[in-house]
Amino acid sequence: MSTPPDNPGPSSAASGEEERERAAASDAAAGSGPRVPSGRPEVHAEAAELAEPLDGAEAARPGEPAGPARSGAGVPAEAPAAGRIPVRKTYKLYMGGAFPRSESGRCYPVTGSGGAHLANAALASRKDARDAVVAARSAFSGWSGRTAYNRGQILYRVAEMMEGRSAQFAAEIAETDGIGAERADELVAAAVDRWVYYAGWPDKIGQVLGAANAVSGPYFNLSQPEPSGVVAILAPPAAPLLGLVSVVAPVIATGNTAVVVAGERAPLPALTLAEALATSDLPGGVVNILTGTTGEIAPHLASHADVNGLDLTGADPETAAELERSAAQTLKRVLRPGGREDWLADPGISRMTPFLETKTVWHPIGV
Amino acid sequence: MEEQADPIFEYAPAPESRAVVRLRSSYELFIDGEFTPAESGERMATLNPADEEHLAQVSVAGEPDVDRAVAAARRAFEGAWGAMPGAERGKYLFRIARILQERARELAVLETLDNGKPIKETRDVDIPMVAAYFFYHAGWADKLDYAGMGPAPRPVGVAAQVIPWNFPLLMLAWKIAPALAAGNTVVLKPAETTPLSALVFAEICQETGLPPGVVNILTGAGATGRSLVGHPGADKVAFTGSTAVGREIARSVAGTDKRLTLELGGKGANIVYDDAALDQAVEGVVSGIFFNQGHVCCAGSRLLVQESVADELLERLRARIERLRLGDPLDKNTDIGAINSAEQLERIRELVRAGDEEGAESWSPQCPLPEKGYWFAPTVFTGVTQAHRVAREEIFGPVLSVLTFRTPDEAVAKANNTPYGLSAGVWTEKGSRMLWTAERLRAGVIWSNTFNKFDPASPFGGYKESGYGREGGRHGLEAYLVHAA
Repeated sequence: MSTPPDNPGPSSAASGEEERERAAASDAAAGSGPRVPSGRPEVHAEAAELAEPLDGAEAARPGEPAGPARSGAGVPAEAPAAGRIPVRKTYKLYMGGAFPRSESGRCYPVTGSGGAHLANAALASRKDARDAVVAARSAFSGWSGRTAYNRGQILYRVAEMMEGRSAQFAAEIAETDGIGAERADELVAAAVDRWVYYAGWPDKIGQVLGAANAVSGPYFNLSQPEPSGVVAILAPPAAPLLGLVSVVAPVIATGNTAVVVAGERAPLPALTLAEALATSDLPGGVVNILTGTTGEIAPHLASHADVNGLDLTGADPETAAELERSAAQTLKRVLRPGGREDWLADPGISRMTPFLETKTVWHPIGV
Repeated sequence: MEEQADPIFEYAPAPESRAVVRLRSSYELFIDGEFTPAESGERMATLNPADEEHLAQVSVAGEPDVDRAVAAARRAFEGAWGAMPGAERGKYLFRIARILQERARELAVLETLDNGKPIKETRDVDIPMVAAYFFYHAGWADKLDYAGMGPAPRPVGVAAQVIPWNFPLLMLAWKIAPALAAGNTVVLKPAETTPLSALVFAEICQETGLPPGVVNILTGAGATGRSLVGHPGADKVAFTGSTAVGREIARSVAGTDKRLTLELGGKGANIVYDDAALDQAVEGVVSGIFFNQGHVCCAGSRLLVQESVADELLERLRARIERLRLGDPLDKNTDIGAINSAEQLERIRELVRAGDEEGAESWSPQCPLPEKGYWFAPTVFTGVTQAHRVAREEIFGPVLSVLTFRTPDEAVAKANNTPYGLSAGVWTEKGSRMLWTAERLRAGVIWSNTFNKFDPASPFGGYKESGYGREGGRHGLEAYLVHAA
């Protein structure tokens, strides 16, 4: 599948036909896209294959530049073939549906849990952060204006795309976090399932949080949740894949668009997720991912006048307080860090409600 | 149409009697169920803005008083109130609602004296809605499990609440009723210029036998408010007022565990399409901006009218404004009362001067202003562009800025072109156009073919820099509840 078209721009009123077309396109894509060749057990086996030598490698060659251990890209050809030099991935930013380098031309080395060099990640600048906000803002009216059914299908499509690349994700987080294959598989499966969970929410959240209000007069009075707008998210550094998905999916499920600052220590899974997003019919700009130093990027997002919400889950308490103070200038909706999160727990709705507004519409009856 | 506003009928004065209010010369703070002077002994005066008559002295609460009040609220929360079953808690709120109804006329007159708004509004809008707010929330106290805002709801604790002067007792009700229904205790600071009705409310709390410390009322000015919202013993802060102060409060709670809701400023757009019922729209535009002298955060202060009907609408609008009666707020025929304070009057004058200087054209009806007191004639600016200050800044007075548009897209773009997002109005006879517009307006309350309607069951609150959180309805309970993870 190709990358979806660039920012569709502020959408004109989508007619019913257009919506149906989109929904159909999405369905068709879901049907014809690369299918997951195997069920989970097989995925598990693949991951185990990749992860086993890693664990060993870690113990045996601490700090050695990655040779065969550099299987982060999850390319099966990494296996000891006849001296083939693997093709490595260049990790860039994800913005407006494209993968640009940082405008600053900077990058920083990312190492695995054992200290081995995994790759260089882009070191995003203030300008990158601002560009990401522009991309997110341009995507907002189109994304929030889509039918809830359509948004749900796209989120489900992300789950499909991730499932097909489970092995790659598992290998990547195993490498990054130094966890065993089984644990890595569990986390990847939970991340996929999290997309499925939120894929079911867009067309229900309005029924759960909306209300028809019995006012004392001849008025029709209806309250509905609506997305806050552009939300900047500091992804939790300790959970580079499941934590990331757990903070991004609820924000976009309800129609917000997001600028995500990936955890500084382990940003690579975020960019691999971006590849899944880019092939999931998710319009460009709905999710934008920056890698780099949180301390450098986050203050610009917290004070940006065109950002409506700030999810500080990934910030330490001191930074969070500073960023919250800065966000007060434009009265952003702020989600404070909640301490130790159990990312495997039932997510409920508590990550959707902070970035929803309630709109109440009145109309007289009988005149 | 150059027809002068020759009134068809002469209106004889019809003043409401003041006798129903027994003003005391001075009022004290209400802490732990008792009236008590401020430790510093400091006092301030409150005036009738309609004639600058001195009404009473009230205490100015300082930090030691804030400490006492927060401690009393904490004791009540951890004691009698916290332990009380919801059904019993609710009965106190029902009692409060009933006494508010009994003392409605007294409160209406008192509110008019202290605030300057017409008796017609305090009698028919403010006070009845205050009672309705308590009655509505009383019923929630034992039904919080059904509010659907999350599992296992429980109260937050001690709420620090600061309210404005534009609807003194109504804003108190919006703050206290949901807080108490959810099982919290409160320390509330009424506005500096309108403290009296809150102190009568304190008497009502005594009459109901509400346990001491559940409701505490601290009068004072900005410093009192700052020390209240900054108090480490407050678990929740709720503020209604200006966006500037809202920012300051948001900064001050950053890095704490305090919960915060803010109802701030607005620059509401009232969109009139070419197919609107124009006479109805004119009524809506008038009540949208001149209700309560325009001292309404959700006022329809920007009229966006479709170009093809602009001339006709403006003609009818001017004719209607000519008929508004400005004067003695206690007169039952008065439509427009006094501006609440000299300070607010100066703010309005400053912005209107800016409108003139920036080239917008102002119009006011011939309307003699009383000699004493704070008064401002209804004013309509035409030829306004989006860059003008009168189109961007909240005036909080009886000043309407008129802009025009050609297409629905342009109307929506102009309406949303503001950092605020509290309210908006839509006037059209076409249902699908109304819904299309309402869907695209980035504001918390959309009035279609009506304006400035409020109800305890209807959530109220803004998008963007108009603040966050809702007041009213089941949505309003969320601010005062904590849920299981």
